[in-house]
Amino acid sequence: MAVISSTRTDRAADAIIVVLVGGLGILCLIPILNSLALSLSDKAIVEAGSVFLVPRKINLTSYDIILEDRQFFRSFLVSIERVALGGIINFVITLLMAYPLSKDRSVFRAREVYLYLLLVTMLFSGGLIPIYMVVNAVGIMDTIWALVLPGAVPVFNVIIMMNFFRQVPKELEEAATIDGARHATILVKVYLPLSVPSVATVTLFSMVAHWNSFFDGLIYMNSPRDYPLQTYIQTLVLGQHDFTRLTVEEIKRISQTSSKTLNNAKIIVSMIPMVMVYPFLQRYFVKGLVLGSVKG
Amino acid sequence: MKTRHSNLDYHLMLLPGTLLLLVFSVVPMFGIVIAFQKFVPAKGFFGSRWVGLDNILFMFQIPDSRQVFVNTVVISIAKIVVNLVIPLVAALLLNEVRLRWYKRAVQTVIYLPHFLSWVVFAAMIGNTFSYDGFVNNALRVFDVEPILFLSSNVWFRPVIVFTDAWKSFGFGTVIYLGALTAIDPSLYESASIDGAKRLQQLMRITLPGIVATVILMMTLSLGNILNAGFEQILNLYNPLVYATGDIIDTYVYRVGLVGRQYGIGTAVGLLKSVVSFFLIWLSYGLASRYANYRIF
Repeated sequence: MAVISSTRTDRAADAIIVVLVGGLGILCLIPILNSLALSLSDKAIVEAGSVFLVPRKINLTSYDIILEDRQFFRSFLVSIERVALGGIINFVITLLMAYPLSKDRSVFRAREVYLYLLLVTMLFSGGLIPIYMVVNAVGIMDTIWALVLPGAVPVFNVIIMMNFFRQVPKELEEAATIDGARHATILVKVYLPLSVPSVATVTLFSMVAHWNSFFDGLIYMNSPRDYPLQTYIQTLVLGQHDFTRLTVEEIKRISQTSSKTLNNAKIIVSMIPMVMVYPFLQRYFVKGLVLGSVKG
Repeated sequence: MKTRHSNLDYHLMLLPGTLLLLVFSVVPMFGIVIAFQKFVPAKGFFGSRWVGLDNILFMFQIPDSRQVFVNTVVISIAKIVVNLVIPLVAALLLNEVRLRWYKRAVQTVIYLPHFLSWVVFAAMIGNTFSYDGFVNNALRVFDVEPILFLSSNVWFRPVIVFTDAWKSFGFGTVIYLGALTAIDPSLYESASIDGAKRLQQLMRITLPGIVATVILMMTLSLGNILNAGFEQILNLYNPLVYATGDIIDTYVYRVGLVGRQYGIGTAVGLLKSVVSFFLIWLSYGLASRYANYRIF
């Protein structure tokens, strides 16, 4: 940052910068405020296209309809379930892999072999169809496991945590070993407390990713009853549904209920959990990300 | 430490993650044999009929695949450039803001869209650019005919590139802001004592200070040339814009998985995986040589 000086051109420059930066901020708020205004306005006024950022003829009809939409709740619960289960699995696997991989080659010779496995999975993917066939063959189609197991190993998170663990002073581990602690204890009692910002960041990121993903729900769930929330909203709002999979009744319901106000109300409700964790996310991610990713 | 004893613990800790990687990442790599088969799911990898290079040759014959490849590369290169420039400019502007609370408030707002799902953000893009969206409403005020942004082969690519930047530019500033804080403040002090103007400080201190980060981001983005944004495009495209907007991933999904042409779908996916493999390899190589970047 430039040292404070207050010539006239400088103040003019400051003013321009403040306005430009503010403009960027507003640009990012517009879609959210617009959606909120649409969801709260009268249906007829919205269809006439005269709602921008301020709701008109405010009413909560759309939100009332959502309250009675049982599939919305079912899908909401599926999403909560996958966030909880997937978050825990990602968290445990990340720690369990990052800890041994952070050891020196002289201590853990096979480290390189595991690292090559990680590298290979980062470089090459079998592609959508083979992965789909494997999920099908494993027999987890139409279950929650199809949403959490294929992505159970967050390779980048493992690497970030591994790099972080390597910066933990070795003396701490040696002292704990002398006291008779085993590796599991050392991981939980020594490493974990020292790496709260990084662990919190990668865990929150993987939970947000679980909350936001829709595509796996679309391909691995045959019945719309089992859709997680984002998949449910995707099929309703963006209309990419596979009509061959829906019953006549479901198609009828889609055409009756999809209106702009209702769709936006669904979007807003689906954002609520994310917005609730956002303050925590923001507090940690700058610190956690920079620490882990910059140096290996 | 007794190495033999502790190594068993290490292997045990790595076991769950390794098994999951083998099943859901490595096995699908062998699933690419589908590309050389007339694959029937009921018969599996071993029972399906082998057709040699038929799928691959067919892929090179149909005009679709060339179009899809061109669309992918054009969209992703445009995204790489835009997503490099806009976050950089935004970070430089933010860095010049002297009001701390203002800077922090703007940061909070511009990071937010990154954490919205593509389902939610695509719906918001619909609110913005659809026939009765607010952009067209604004155009009507100026007596401009409404534009079908999302169904026009002229507009689709620009809208895709712009909206991707809209969603992610804020988060993209994080890495540059991190690099900016690493610049030694005493450089600015001595520069201003020597009478350097703000613009001169920007050109002589700030930009040289982050050029390494910019180069690193450029090389790493090389690996993404065949990733044009599957979730975004799947949620926004429609048959009217296949000519300019259909990318490899959407093609594989639509033709291969939904259309059940598994052989051709896997062949296209395989081509993508192979090219991506070399691109990622190259980008890591360049990044480690020129930017001293190591993943492990």
